[in-house]
Amino acid sequence: MSNTVISIENVSKSYQLGVIGTGTFKEDLNRWWARRRGKPDPYQKIGGEDFGNRQGETLWALKDINTQIQQGEALGIIGRNGAGKSTLLKVLSEVTAPTGGEVKIRGRIASLLEVGTGFHPDLTGRENVYLNGAIMGMKRIEINRKFDEIVDFSGVEQFIDTPVKRYSSGMYVRLGFAVAAHLEPEILIVDEVLAVGDAEFQKKCLGKMENAAEGGRTVIFVSHNMPSIQALCQRVILLQGGTTIMDGETSSVISHYLSNFSNGLDGNPAEVDLRNHPGRSRSKEPALKRTWITNGAGDINNSIEMGGSLTLYYQFECSRKISSPDFILVVEDERGVPIFNLKSALVATEKNTFKSIRAGTVCFHIPHIPLMPGTYYASITLTEDNDFNRIDSVQRAISIEVLPKDVYGTGKIPSRTAGNVFVQGEINVEPL
Amino acid sequence: MTSQSYIDPNDTWTKIIRPKRGIFDLRLGELWRARDLIMLFVWRDFVSIYKQTILGPLWYIIQPVLTTIVFTVIFGNIAKLSTDGLPPFLFYMAGNTIWSYFNACLVATSNTFNANAAIFGKVYFPRLSIPISVAISNLISFSIRFAMFLLFWAYFMLSGSGIHPNWWILCLPLLVLIMALMGLGFGIIISSLTTKYRDLQQLVSFGVQLLMYATPVIYPLSTIHGIWRLVILVNPMTPIVEVFRLAFLGTSAIDPIFLLYSAGFAVVVFLAGILVFNHVQNTFMDTV
Repeated sequence: MSNTVISIENVSKSYQLGVIGTGTFKEDLNRWWARRRGKPDPYQKIGGEDFGNRQGETLWALKDINTQIQQGEALGIIGRNGAGKSTLLKVLSEVTAPTGGEVKIRGRIASLLEVGTGFHPDLTGRENVYLNGAIMGMKRIEINRKFDEIVDFSGVEQFIDTPVKRYSSGMYVRLGFAVAAHLEPEILIVDEVLAVGDAEFQKKCLGKMENAAEGGRTVIFVSHNMPSIQALCQRVILLQGGTTIMDGETSSVISHYLSNFSNGLDGNPAEVDLRNHPGRSRSKEPALKRTWITNGAGDINNSIEMGGSLTLYYQFECSRKISSPDFILVVEDERGVPIFNLKSALVATEKNTFKSIRAGTVCFHIPHIPLMPGTYYASITLTEDNDFNRIDSVQRAISIEVLPKDVYGTGKIPSRTAGNVFVQGEINVEPL
Repeated sequence: MTSQSYIDPNDTWTKIIRPKRGIFDLRLGELWRARDLIMLFVWRDFVSIYKQTILGPLWYIIQPVLTTIVFTVIFGNIAKLSTDGLPPFLFYMAGNTIWSYFNACLVATSNTFNANAAIFGKVYFPRLSIPISVAISNLISFSIRFAMFLLFWAYFMLSGSGIHPNWWILCLPLLVLIMALMGLGFGIIISSLTTKYRDLQQLVSFGVQLLMYATPVIYPLSTIHGIWRLVILVNPMTPIVEVFRLAFLGTSAIDPIFLLYSAGFAVVVFLAGILVFNHVQNTFMDTV
């Protein structure tokens, strides 16, 4: 018999798009009555394009997920924003019920979707350790037994009798994680909580999770941080649009993920068709059509010298007029860490007084690109109503190749080892 | 580590997550195992309210006394409502003490889902532990108010002002239980519905106030006649307030048999509440 501790069988989860409860009780009643008689939803919008995981006004955040997780396994879950990672964790931790399918679990499960859940600001650190521990499923005697260890791990002994509202955010997180780290469940579910706290504390947390995995416990870990996934997990599931697109050994899934999402197509083209781009996430409609990059000479070319001029264009066309549009460009590195963004809401554009617009071409001009040599990715987004409503967004829509150059005029080429950006500056040394 | 003992070799699952739970799958065992958590919530509610206040728990005493004084002045001295010949101060304090528990239970539990969305969205624990802890922590404040009432009651009795306590006093735990069930039942029904229709949240606070005027809190039932008397008798809180006064003060215009009606009503509301709550808790995170 295998040691399967979690069996996920055909799990699906759908969300209704748009306003929930539609405003009036009468519409809800009509909808319910139609459903009772097996008729379609009378308020369902008809027409409209259907792409991928959307059907009518229903979004399938998860669709037919199947997997078995063995005891002692450390499983990583990766995918773009909106791929369904967090939804899967929510279903596994019983925060919300799936729409279809079944999850079978063997053993005590603890989910760390957040640290310090239920901390009460007015209560002291000591009081909150008990409260948080109990919320996470510990018995009072268990907390009594581990209390000193928890406080020791958190490193906030001095402040343990101070209300947590006086804590710095770092202390708060450390105390929260310290409680979570002492849960000793058979199955531990962790969602990017490691993204907080300083480097030293993150290392401590990773170490704690490695111990958990080595101690025969099962760990499910969601992260955008590929190095920590690599360090911790033997197996990784790659989600996209709510479905599993790859399930296998860590390094092969990670390299597939990075190469596949780096650019939708072969090579690093300077012009990309966005209509069927894999980086599109949870958009209302595929309004973004095409993007391209030109260099200082005005040629279509995405290989730009350090400090050179870069202009990124994108074309969009919506099915209706959108009001107060915001055009956003985010440039990130290969690991997905954002470096800078440009938003038309913040930067004056030549014609930024659009009340409403349906179609057009946006141009982001960066006269001197401050990037070290290497490959970068541009994500583009179109929103309306002052970012209130996201029309369309394509992650890693196009890549940017920054070529090395002697920007300081010293005959030497700076390297990327010390960061993604370079700055102009002066260094003066006064000899004694 | 204890994990090995947990893994059952007979291929049985400790938990199965399905789209819908059975209507009657209440998981009471789980709730029982969460009793440590419930007691911690009770303690949290009790402690946190008066953190960073000077008077601290004294507020539990100041509030009812002040309310009673205001009632005495407005309804007794200005409006000159009858108090069945009882000392007005004691009359209002009795009504106020008993009503406040129902009021607190109902209002506090009616916000369960919305107020705890942040916690509910991150971790699972038996959701019913929140409203249950609210009912218990309010029991503590009720006890303090009640002790306060007993003090004044003893004073009035010793100074001989025509009050006649009797054996109905033994009914007090029953009265409290009925109120707890009813407050909790209504509260969790409302909290379940507010996950979709926020309007109800607005309704609760002033609805409870209206209900108070339909309950003989500031007037005795004996002064109400005709159709209005019927309306007030339909209100399941009426027998509770009246029997409380009958027990401690000795006058009431109600036949204590009406308590059975209140009890039945409370049980029905409570069960309905649990069923609705159980149904909503599965997916409320998607709508709240």
